[in-house]
Amino acid sequence: MQFLKNIVDRSRPHFEKDGKYHYLHSTFDAFETFLFVPDKATSRGAHIRDCSDMKRTMIVVVLALMPALLFGMWNVGYQHALSLGKTIEFWPAFGFGLLHVLPIIVVSYVVGLGIEFAVAQIRGHEVNEGFLVTGMLIPLIMPVDVPLWMVALATAFAVIIGKEIFGGTGMNVFNPALLARAFIFFAYPSHISGNLVWIAGLESKKMVVDGFSGATPLAHLAANEADKLPSALDMFLGYIPGSIGETSTLAILLGAALLIFTGVGSWKTMLSVCAGGLFMGWIFNLAGGNAYMEIPAYYHLIMGGFAFGAVFMATDPVSSAQTETGKWIYGFLIGLFAVLIRVLNPAYPEGMMLSILFFNAFAPLIDYYVIQSNVKARLKRAKMN
Amino acid sequence: MSKDIQIKKGLDIKMKGEAIRTTGQKPVISEIALRPDDFYGLIPKLLVMEGQEVHPGTPVFCHKSNPDIVFVSPVQGVIKSVLRGDKRKLLSVIITPDKEKKEDLPPVDVPELKGISPEVLIQALLKLGMWPLFKQRPFGILANPNQLPKAIFVSAFDSAPLGADLEYMAADELQALKRGFDVLASFGVKVYVGVRPRSGLLLYKGVEKIVFEGPHPAGNVGVQINKLNPINKGETVWTMTLPHVLVLGRLFLNRSYDFSQKIAICGSEIFAPSYFKMIPGSDLQFLKVKMVDKGRVRVISGNVLTGRQVSVDTDYLGFYDYQITVIPEPEQPEFLGWGMPRFNKFSASGTYFSWLFPEKKYRLDTSMNGGERAFVVTGQYEKVFPMDIYPVHLLKAILAKDIDKMEQLGIYEVLPEDMALCEFVCTSKIDVQNIIREGIAMMVSELQ
Repeated sequence: MQFLKNIVDRSRPHFEKDGKYHYLHSTFDAFETFLFVPDKATSRGAHIRDCSDMKRTMIVVVLALMPALLFGMWNVGYQHALSLGKTIEFWPAFGFGLLHVLPIIVVSYVVGLGIEFAVAQIRGHEVNEGFLVTGMLIPLIMPVDVPLWMVALATAFAVIIGKEIFGGTGMNVFNPALLARAFIFFAYPSHISGNLVWIAGLESKKMVVDGFSGATPLAHLAANEADKLPSALDMFLGYIPGSIGETSTLAILLGAALLIFTGVGSWKTMLSVCAGGLFMGWIFNLAGGNAYMEIPAYYHLIMGGFAFGAVFMATDPVSSAQTETGKWIYGFLIGLFAVLIRVLNPAYPEGMMLSILFFNAFAPLIDYYVIQSNVKARLKRAKMN
Repeated sequence: MSKDIQIKKGLDIKMKGEAIRTTGQKPVISEIALRPDDFYGLIPKLLVMEGQEVHPGTPVFCHKSNPDIVFVSPVQGVIKSVLRGDKRKLLSVIITPDKEKKEDLPPVDVPELKGISPEVLIQALLKLGMWPLFKQRPFGILANPNQLPKAIFVSAFDSAPLGADLEYMAADELQALKRGFDVLASFGVKVYVGVRPRSGLLLYKGVEKIVFEGPHPAGNVGVQINKLNPINKGETVWTMTLPHVLVLGRLFLNRSYDFSQKIAICGSEIFAPSYFKMIPGSDLQFLKVKMVDKGRVRVISGNVLTGRQVSVDTDYLGFYDYQITVIPEPEQPEFLGWGMPRFNKFSASGTYFSWLFPEKKYRLDTSMNGGERAFVVTGQYEKVFPMDIYPVHLLKAILAKDIDKMEQLGIYEVLPEDMALCEFVCTSKIDVQNIIREGIAMMVSELQ
């Protein structure tokens, strides 16, 4: 480590004021603090600080995404084999998935971090760690056959329009990863909907077994084919087609456990999203009418992107409601609207994305009313005396 | 009657170097300093000259806008020097205490408390130089002698990391402490004293004793006020530290000045942490021999969350402080520290492993442990901030310089010290206390 430290120490003068590469100081900073936790001491206020920082927090989220990612890679291979009517061993399936998913991850990180570094450079502030998570979220909510140039374009859109123009990490209104997905959804709908995009190689229609549709559970339901739905256990474990990281509710729950345990993700949001989804599903059960309305309410939690959205998207602290009471309301409404959109509007089978983005926009309003009640209580207390 | 209040939100930071309850030999002090900066909002007017002899109780400077508020010499001695900074700002008045008592001083003239009117008492306390012991909230300024507060609050315990044991500090002088509370009760307003569970503090006449149970900041008087009788717009309360109640009581009991306190000298870099009897304003030269030699250290007058960084060579114990903490400065930068398990680090979050060892005590250094970022993580402050205030939104109102919002969100109820834990836990390393201080400065200038 001393060797690396020496290199860093030797190159620092070039990046300091009046140095040759001063214009690259943010970049240098980012690499230096990545390698070594700085020994910068407190200069005012509390003399001691908690050792948890933004890097640590973001790394925990990336770790929490690992089960979903690893399962997703395996599932890509497994679904591909299924479409060909073959059986496949564990490692070949995983390897196949790795080869198909890794390029998407690389593209997302290279494009996103590139923009982050450039913007930090222009603004002269430190590089924010937020994209470490966003860069991993984007691949996980993409269909495996999405063209890489589209990932690049969507990532650029999400980072620039979704985040940087608002002032960077911490200031954005919408969740950048979902914005990337929404961008593709509206700009290139044929690449992110339908039955052919969720399984690698299906679009080219080579050697697909007869009768294999590649439809996701949500698509089955939208097409009123409730009888073709996989079993609840399969959906929970994730042996179904879908976006790369969203299929296995179990893997997502493992991530959720880590987020809740470390306190990085809000259990209140996760729980209330599920409650909202169950509640709406139950109302549809009561109303009845078609197959979609009549499926057990808990199916909504294990189909499509519901679980992934509840655990990793709705809990994004920046775009979510910020007050604790607000989180309950925000989460419940997301769950409720996600199911509502799914069932009543077949044009948008994935209601979760739209619902979260919708309530990203409303989160400040929810917070406003929560805080206003605190303000009113204080005024009332003053009047009573 | 005593009642119990449970504080659920908060955080006890366990650090190495707690002072054990013994009092060491009185250290040799060669200088005592009176620093106007110890009193928030004070614009001082100097009343002495260099070389002048002073007694305990001799006014050294006064408040420019209210010359009745005087700041008195705690000792018998000679004014050694008057230090001034930019624009001739008065930094400190330094007194060399006499080595031995020159003359016996006549007993101090204190009023009889029985049947005294608040106005007479206030005038007497002003004259005696006891007024600076009172702090006024909102804003933590010197108390206004022209307006009685709605209540007076004293916290009888310090829950901060390595916080001094205030009851131990007063243990030998229960008579004086009782007299101190008698004085506070004579204002005719409610007097509350917040104690910890199983406190040995007696019940005093005219004083309501309330037990506060829970983690830091349960011992902060600001939290106790918020729970018992919160400050509304237009209201004021006074606060006093328990050691200062003792000072007040001694004056009325013995009719002589005695500002000395058992000061907790603590922290991981102190050899055998314990208590030492000292006068606030004392120089800190004696600390040199008490420090464990482990490289660079930080000496703090006060506790690690809210104290003031001092130099043992040129600084002095703060007027309101009863504790000196010495902790290490950060050592080598840590390779890939954000990804390492780091078992020896403490975090309130679950992102490190300190939750595995709830009883472990840490040798914490002054590292920032990260770079400053925008607000990202939510719900973090709320876990360690027990008041019914939205801390992040209050901070944002201050950053936006929105006076109305600050008022609505509870700026009257907080001082920087009440939100020190928010600053400690902040993942984005935001200077919470400094922002609150700026907000208070804005409010003070707005209301003038």
